[in-house]
Amino acid sequence: MLTDRKELDARLSDTAGTWLDDALAEAAHAAAHPGADSGPLPWELRFAAAGRHCGRDHADSVRALLLVEARAAPSTVTRLYRQGTAAERRAVLLALHRLDLGPAAVPLVEDALRTNDPRLVAAAVGPYGAAHLDAHGWRHAVLKCLFIEVPVETVDRLGERARGDAELARMLRDFAAERTAAGRPVPDGLRTVLALTAPAPAPTEES
Amino acid sequence: MRIFDPHIHMTSRTTDDYQAMYDAGVRALVEPSFWLGQPRTSPASFFDYFDALLGWEPFRASQYGIAHHCTLALNPKEANDPRCTPVLDALPRYLVKDSVVAVGEIGYDSMTPAEDTALATQLQLAADHGLPALVHTPHRDKLAGLRRTIDVVRESALAPEAVLLDHLNETTVRDALDSGCWAGFSIYPDTKMDEDRMVSVLRAHGTDRILVNSAADWGRSDPLKTRKVADTMLKAGFDEDDVDKVLWRNPVAFYGQSGRLQLDITTPDALHEGNSILRGGE
Ligand SMILES: [Zn+2]
Repeated sequence: MLTDRKELDARLSDTAGTWLDDALAEAAHAAAHPGADSGPLPWELRFAAAGRHCGRDHADSVRALLLVEARAAPSTVTRLYRQGTAAERRAVLLALHRLDLGPAAVPLVEDALRTNDPRLVAAAVGPYGAAHLDAHGWRHAVLKCLFIEVPVETVDRLGERARGDAELARMLRDFAAERTAAGRPVPDGLRTVLALTAPAPAPTEES
Repeated sequence: MRIFDPHIHMTSRTTDDYQAMYDAGVRALVEPSFWLGQPRTSPASFFDYFDALLGWEPFRASQYGIAHHCTLALNPKEANDPRCTPVLDALPRYLVKDSVVAVGEIGYDSMTPAEDTALATQLQLAADHGLPALVHTPHRDKLAGLRRTIDVVRESALAPEAVLLDHLNETTVRDALDSGCWAGFSIYPDTKMDEDRMVSVLRAHGTDRILVNSAADWGRSDPLKTRKVADTMLKAGFDEDDVDKVLWRNPVAFYGQSGRLQLDITTPDALHEGNSILRGGE
């Protein structure tokens, strides 16, 4: 979903490319001088303005690059998410696994999973969510995707985390039964996930 | 017919309204932040509201194929409540957001010293952020209020062409246009301004720098008034190009001064199958 620097450079106009160079330099400066300024840092204002300077389609990628370049700490990431538009929040979520945050950003993922905005939910079930959500939170995230029609293929490490998860399988079957009882279609992705919950084959003798 | 409603409070409207607006030709709108009917008691409730105008409401609008932008400000009424005025200090971090196309609604309600301060401060904020300003004219003592508003605009760092004076009527349109500002008319189901009177104003004053909005909110109002004005204009002999100018090109030109209008609608990826607004099963 995110475009790397090289590809971005090829796609951005000269003006936007220069804007991005300047923004990344400001972010690098902030990384090198932590705590030097008070108030919103210049790169954070660029983070907010990315959509109109680089184009809405590139905003996620540009914002992610800025977060990485600034080596954003958990406090910064949390503030940018809390004070962000839906587009800014989505970019924060998409970048989390590229930052050195440990589990500190899990509350942001949980916040996104409480929304009904599929763009935020889809971004919350990326690599960071896959690595840090506990079993209960992760199962509910998968169910939420089915509810609001975020394609289950969006869920990072789906097969790996679903394998042998009997509780997830139960939740999926109950959900399917509820839909069937209501005369409503069962979401396409449900059967896909249910198949993935089958236990791993038992190890064979020779392995 | 394409319609841009330059002033409507969608937070107070239903998804049926969004659908009806789309069916009537509305493809873009601006939602100014304003008073909620129930007074707020702290800056935090403004911030939640601003966040909704920058997050949830554009998402709702996009589900119906409508581009949503907003204007943010401390409104004139609540500028009088000292519990709310700290909002002014927090506005700079909101005014940098991509979908903010003006500072507004600002202006006068009862013409108090607190309103003077809030208006002047926020006109300066608009100038500092390269944004135009949406200035509401008071409902009571309108002409005096308009003249005082124009004086404050003249003393500000903002050029008159970056200011939209709203809720005008027959008695205030001349002064407003003479000031060099844009002139906005809110069309309501009863008192303030109706379609036929609007068409008379257009006949008398032309179509330059004139915007028409529904200002629909939580009170008695009609989100389809923009379309009704368009139809009344056509019946009265204006042509399609006049309608397009008043109901699309003029608002685009005014808010376009922000450099932030995004009028192509992309529905969220996850919803490519044409889902309507979701309840999330909750
Ligand atoms: Zn209003």
